[in-house]
Amino acid sequence: MLNFIARRLLQLIPTLFFVSVLIFSLQQLLPGDPATIMAGEERDPQVIAQIRAQYRLDQPIPVQYVYWVKGVLSGDLGESMRIHVPVRDLVLQKLPVTMQLAGMAIVIALVIGVGAGIVSAVKKDSIWDYAANALALWGISTPNFWLGIMLIFLFSVKLEWLPASGYVPLTEDWKASLAATIMPAFVLGNSIAAVLMRHTRSAMLQVLESDYVRTARAKGLSERTVIFKHAMRNALTPVITLGALELGTLLSGAVLTEQIFTIPGFGKLIVDSVFNRDYAVVQGVVLVTATMYITLNLLADVAYVLVNPRLRGS
Amino acid sequence: MVDTTLNVPGIKRAESIETPARRALRRLVRRKGALLGLAIIVLFVALAIFAPLVTPFDPTAQSWTAVRKAPSLAHWFGTDDLGRDVLTRVIFGTRASLAAGVVSVGIAMAVGVPLGLASGYLGGWFDVLIGRITDAMLACPYLILAIALAAFLGPSLGNAMIAIGVATTPIYVRLTRGQVLSVKVEDYVEAARAVGNPRWRIAIVHILPNILPSLLVQATLSIAAAIIAEASLSFLGLGQQPPAPSWGSMLNSAQRFLINAPWMAIWPGLAIFLTVLSFNLLGDGLRDALDPRQRS
Repeated sequence: MLNFIARRLLQLIPTLFFVSVLIFSLQQLLPGDPATIMAGEERDPQVIAQIRAQYRLDQPIPVQYVYWVKGVLSGDLGESMRIHVPVRDLVLQKLPVTMQLAGMAIVIALVIGVGAGIVSAVKKDSIWDYAANALALWGISTPNFWLGIMLIFLFSVKLEWLPASGYVPLTEDWKASLAATIMPAFVLGNSIAAVLMRHTRSAMLQVLESDYVRTARAKGLSERTVIFKHAMRNALTPVITLGALELGTLLSGAVLTEQIFTIPGFGKLIVDSVFNRDYAVVQGVVLVTATMYITLNLLADVAYVLVNPRLRGS
Repeated sequence: MVDTTLNVPGIKRAESIETPARRALRRLVRRKGALLGLAIIVLFVALAIFAPLVTPFDPTAQSWTAVRKAPSLAHWFGTDDLGRDVLTRVIFGTRASLAAGVVSVGIAMAVGVPLGLASGYLGGWFDVLIGRITDAMLACPYLILAIALAAFLGPSLGNAMIAIGVATTPIYVRLTRGQVLSVKVEDYVEAARAVGNPRWRIAIVHILPNILPSLLVQATLSIAAAIIAEASLSFLGLGQQPPAPSWGSMLNSAQRFLINAPWMAIWPGLAIFLTVLSFNLLGDGLRDALDPRQRS
């Protein structure tokens, strides 16, 4: 097991190297001189020269990369050019908001996706199966931002049940916090629920046809016990690990969802930085997102091996 | 004239043997969902091509006397905050969405398929290098990578297409490589190698046609994802620029008038949903139809 983790960790090094090269290269895509862009309205050559020296833009690109990586490795993701706050502080400030949203979204996705997947597999070719499949198709085809706007229209404008925007921290007022985040969390969970439903359905169908489930039925166990105690336990293992990999979808979705519901999280930070041409923040956020995704990928792999004894020896 | 054809029982005549393409088409036609998807796509393509003939209005012409009018006989989908006909803008917006879907997936395939083909077929250090770069790109969530690229390239529909195309490329590299690895050990590839075909010829003439079905399925599903991505970028102001119509940018402005003019948000969103749903239906149908394990 330790060998497996060590091997996977070693494989991460080249991936992280290329991620860093990719993100650093983004700055090179900027048309024109980055120092002039950073200077904004200021056209004073002295200011531009100062910026160039400060950000080492006067050095060759490989040297700039080495300095950037050195900073990143020591936890320095650069500084916001607009509000002059370290990017690391901004990330740490915004991340918990998105994490709350992501946590709620995953719970919603698991309840809807796994629930619908189990029903769909158990009642294969019935009206429930068709309904669950239609639900999955709806989930993967509905743009997050449109669903968000429609929910605001229904629950905030028409019914006036929930706030249309804003965020209240959980620690401040948990009820208001849940009211403010339930719609965005549902929007985020919707597409993941669709993916989980499809995985659960196919995993359950496979397990329900296996010999041990047939044996359990032959022993005279109730259908309820067969499904919940025998089939579900084995079917859900790959589903949960696959669900962990949906973090990418979650973070991508958060960008638009937070924008629509005006939630000051990670997603809104990246959009605001894009519009303020705060490129250091964009780079920092993409780097943190990629690192989180890679780490979760690794954890999902390890979890999969841990819960699947047959893979431990291999 | 004497018929010299062999009529051995159990052996089908050559002309009655069904080709894989014909079998796939027969299976596809039997899938109602896929056909419905295809019909809606054809409708949207026709709308995009014949847009000026379908609607009498100009998608960018503003009218201060028709600001935010509810749906009526004159304006079936109502008008927007600048008095423009929403139906006309939805119809013209089809162009941006479909173009973005097709062009960005085209870019992704044009770059990703040759790289995956070379990576899977040649192996060695080239395969390792491409594999690591692909991993790195896949580690950045799709839309976040597209937003970052579009932000650095500058906001425009063309740049949005490039950004989405680049963000989609690693999917094709990985898919093509995987398919090549499973096909390159087949007997017919070995035979092609044995008769002295050069490597490029084996890859293009013998391997590529056999992995096309998987690529076709992925392309259909990728177009759906690319349409959502383009709408997302336009919604954020990084795609199609005003006043040119795009479903995403229409939703962006609709958000501000949700109380007084909800129709501004309903129709463009529904258009995105329908298009994406159609490509997903067609993609699912194609996957089933092209899967040799499925019983006919």
